[in-house]
Amino acid sequence: MTDNFTSLLSFLPQLWEGVQTTLILTIVGSIGAVIIALILGLAMTSEHGWVRIPARIVVEFFRGTSLLVQLFWLFYVFPLLGVDLEPMACGIGALALNYGAYSAEVVRSSIKTVAPGQWEAAIALSLSPSRRMIRVIFPQAWALMIPSLATLLIQLLKGTAVVSFITLSDLTDKITQLRQSTNETYFAFTVGLIIYFVIAWLIQELMNFLERRATAALGRSRPNSRNDRRQARRDARMSKSTDPGSTSIAGPNSGNIGYGGPL
Amino acid sequence: MIWNWEFAAEALPLLLRGFVNTLIATVVGTIIAAILGLIIAVAIRGLPRWINWLVRLIVAFIRNTPLVVQLIFVYYIFAGIPGLVDVPALVIGFIVIGIHYSTYMSESYRAGIDSVPPGQHEAATALSLPPVRTFTAVVLPQALRATIPSLGNYAVAMFKDTPFLFAISVVELVTSAQQFGAAKFAYTEAFTLAGIIFLLASYPTSLLIQRLDRRLATY
Repeated sequence: MTDNFTSLLSFLPQLWEGVQTTLILTIVGSIGAVIIALILGLAMTSEHGWVRIPARIVVEFFRGTSLLVQLFWLFYVFPLLGVDLEPMACGIGALALNYGAYSAEVVRSSIKTVAPGQWEAAIALSLSPSRRMIRVIFPQAWALMIPSLATLLIQLLKGTAVVSFITLSDLTDKITQLRQSTNETYFAFTVGLIIYFVIAWLIQELMNFLERRATAALGRSRPNSRNDRRQARRDARMSKSTDPGSTSIAGPNSGNIGYGGPL
Repeated sequence: MIWNWEFAAEALPLLLRGFVNTLIATVVGTIIAAILGLIIAVAIRGLPRWINWLVRLIVAFIRNTPLVVQLIFVYYIFAGIPGLVDVPALVIGFIVIGIHYSTYMSESYRAGIDSVPPGQHEAATALSLPPVRTFTAVVLPQALRATIPSLGNYAVAMFKDTPFLFAISVVELVTSAQQFGAAKFAYTEAFTLAGIIFLLASYPTSLLIQRLDRRLATY
């Protein structure tokens, strides 16, 4: 066992290289996926068929064909078409397209789930369509989509393991190397799986943080915050003023417009 | 455009032969995952706290680590057992995929069981049905109704993950496409056809599941 740890210690720099490759793929791939998801997801909510239908086709195409098919297409077929891509670019491209398509569906359904009253209110206030989306609808949809995006992000991290098939030396590749040099299958793979698990856990924590922030921005979280307590006191005062005994004549500033009697 | 119909015609039978392995892995994997997922979901409810915690940790661990790495890991484990001669890679493949997805499916079962109104449970208790019968005859049938569409979605996801069996050299659809492409230098035809086959199989299935979802919806 101590042998294993000494060889792990000497292998650490290489392992770190592999972790870096995996992290770059995950981070750049997920940024690409989010950009693709926003574009396609918003396009799929469009009223115009010529925007919505092509976006839907692209999404179904990349969801329906497997990640590995897309990766091999970029890696093997693109050079034949005269486009030479670095293996790293192939990996990032395939991950971004595949998970971008899955996320686009999340973006679309979250936008559709925002309460219709919010849309109507934004229209009633005559906000321009872009302002309506950016200031009213999207912040609410964003809070809804984060949990699903977190799941997909972890799936993307797991998906990065396939890049070892296209000559990239990521964490998975380094694990098999470690296994070869130590000849200890259990040890090498346990170390590797734990590293993946820790990265996934960090992603989950990050996304939980983002979700807390997003819901806090909407004023929905932390029911015991100072603002809520202030609001509760105000409500209590209001209800006292609407007491039927004290406000038989409702003045303009009494807070209950058009209501004379008990609620 | 470099597209050779002759290569395409030559590749298709090979790809379809590979596709048989893809289907076997998907179907057997789904059966394993559906059964094991239910066992996990039920076990998590009934077990004492510390084992429960351990089971959850293992489930989270399998869920959040790459399937590819798990496949290679188990492949080497089987290769390292001296008495065991030649377990086919396909068998290792569907076992590992099945276990991997059982961790997802257990979540669906859990949600399904939680969605059964508590009154059902109470009514069964009031009728003094034994606990096992309460679960199998009252709670589970109602839970399954809510669970089945989500199991179907995972089956489709599993189908799209079967190319990962490439890692342990199972000759499924994508592996056979890769082999054909390398032999004839006809990657365009091989991978395009592989993609089309995937699309033709998975898209109608997802539509069916959507319809099933609407049909089985209780509300």
